[in-house]
Amino acid sequence: METLQQFLGNGLGYFVWKLIMAVAVVIPLTIFVAYVTFAERKILGYMHARLGANRVGPKGLLQPFADLLKFVFKELVMPTKASSGIFNFAPVVLLICAILVWAVMPFSPEMIFTHVNAGVLYVLAVSSLGVYGIVLAGWAGNSKYSFLGGVRATAQMISYELAMGFAIVGVLMVSGTLDLTEIVKGQSHGMLGGSILSWNWIPLFPLFLVYLISGIAETNRAPFDVCEGESEIVAGFFVEYSGTRFALFMLAEYLNMVLISALASLMFLGGWLSPFPASWGMVGSSGFAWLFVKVCLLLFGFIWYRATFPRYRYDQIMRLGWKVFIPVTLVWIFVLGAWMVSPLNIWN
Amino acid sequence: MLTSVLFYVFAFILVFSAISVVTAKNPVHAVLFLVLAFVTSSCLWLMLNVEFLALILIVVYVGAVMVLFLFVVMMLDIDVETMRKGFWKNLPLAIMLGIIVLVEMLVVLINKPMVINNIPDLANSSISNANQLGWVLYTQYSYPVELASLILLLGLVAAVALTLRKSEKNAKYQNISKQVAAKASERFEMLNMPSEREIIEEDPQEGDKK
Repeated sequence: METLQQFLGNGLGYFVWKLIMAVAVVIPLTIFVAYVTFAERKILGYMHARLGANRVGPKGLLQPFADLLKFVFKELVMPTKASSGIFNFAPVVLLICAILVWAVMPFSPEMIFTHVNAGVLYVLAVSSLGVYGIVLAGWAGNSKYSFLGGVRATAQMISYELAMGFAIVGVLMVSGTLDLTEIVKGQSHGMLGGSILSWNWIPLFPLFLVYLISGIAETNRAPFDVCEGESEIVAGFFVEYSGTRFALFMLAEYLNMVLISALASLMFLGGWLSPFPASWGMVGSSGFAWLFVKVCLLLFGFIWYRATFPRYRYDQIMRLGWKVFIPVTLVWIFVLGAWMVSPLNIWN
Repeated sequence: MLTSVLFYVFAFILVFSAISVVTAKNPVHAVLFLVLAFVTSSCLWLMLNVEFLALILIVVYVGAVMVLFLFVVMMLDIDVETMRKGFWKNLPLAIMLGIIVLVEMLVVLINKPMVINNIPDLANSSISNANQLGWVLYTQYSYPVELASLILLLGLVAAVALTLRKSEKNAKYQNISKQVAAKASERFEMLNMPSEREIIEEDPQEGDKK
């Protein structure tokens, strides 16, 4: 950064440096997402006792690029009475929100794009904007199926956002900060000095579960994917989308999956901390690799649930969100509060 | 320098979107302009270093309230022509109301006690403003906060009471407790089917004869 500032002046050098950093975050992330889609096809394949994509490139490894090319060359179809501006705008909103969130995501204590001291709030705020992409996509296509899908998605996402927010409140209570880096640092001491036993997931176990399940509901993944329930409403809110516009929806969905996994690993699973005590040398040292491993494990979970569970009925989804998760989180927040003022407090 | 340029850019967008909320023909576009207005005002707050309030504005208003707004507006089948019918008839009344609101706001804004003189230097303070707000809200203003939360709870209960469907005698609805109490054994039965007997191999020669 200093050399850039020498060449380009203070302000411009800083700007160019941030631009390079942004590209350095977004490009690897996009490639990772492409391989998450490939992993999903492969893992689902093995779970269904078939091979999965294996034709393009060695072991099918070039499949995501083939998919991308196919999306690019497809015709962009626009329904006759669609509201054209909003129709084009909706997938872009969804994708922008999905990418913007990564601005405050710490990948390790040093690898972070911007350090915001209300990082958790920023993530909540920006990811809550993503729902607009879905509602508008559902509405703009001027199709009953897509509208129904959009309505379902909105109601579901708003309901689960609450449960998710309450789960995060518990994390904020024990860490006493809105800064994601500090939240991870707060988990680095305690039982066995920063190993797997001192992370937040043990004392906050109910909240961890609620967060994970609400995360699946937030990203509209199976078994909560009624908003694209193909047996009832064709494909939900993106029925009318084709080609690259559809690709943007897919990209945003997988980006959100990665985001939920990354947040869960930062807040509950110790982020870049190693699961082993620090005295164990190599395996005990923290680093980006551990975060990557945790994110991959959680993503595997996402795909696994899709292959395992049948789709929920819509009223069951609403029941789970409002009548089970929110009471559970509220009670646990009270328990946590009592725990923190009692002499048994472990978060000093 | 940069901050004042940014301020004017945001202020322009804010005023433009606020006017567009009123002038937009399509109600959905109007709601979207309102969302833009909220987001830009949150950007203005961010420039004042009150990141907590700015982000909460987005979470609460843009992320939840406006989505429900949009939801309702999309569901309504609004005919713009019928809405514009009484435009000239209602214009004088609207202008009068507008002037009253304008005067009220001017009175409030010009009034000296409303001007905040000692704005704390938030950018250089060591405590985050979420912390500061929390301290003030839950110590100095704890009773008003409790009162406000009670009022909100009342609103919540009232909204739930409005949707209670017990009053409608002929309404059909699912009995959820009955549904949840249903057991798998009531819905299907596992039968033990003995597998088919092995097919007795026919004499191949016999088949040939046929």
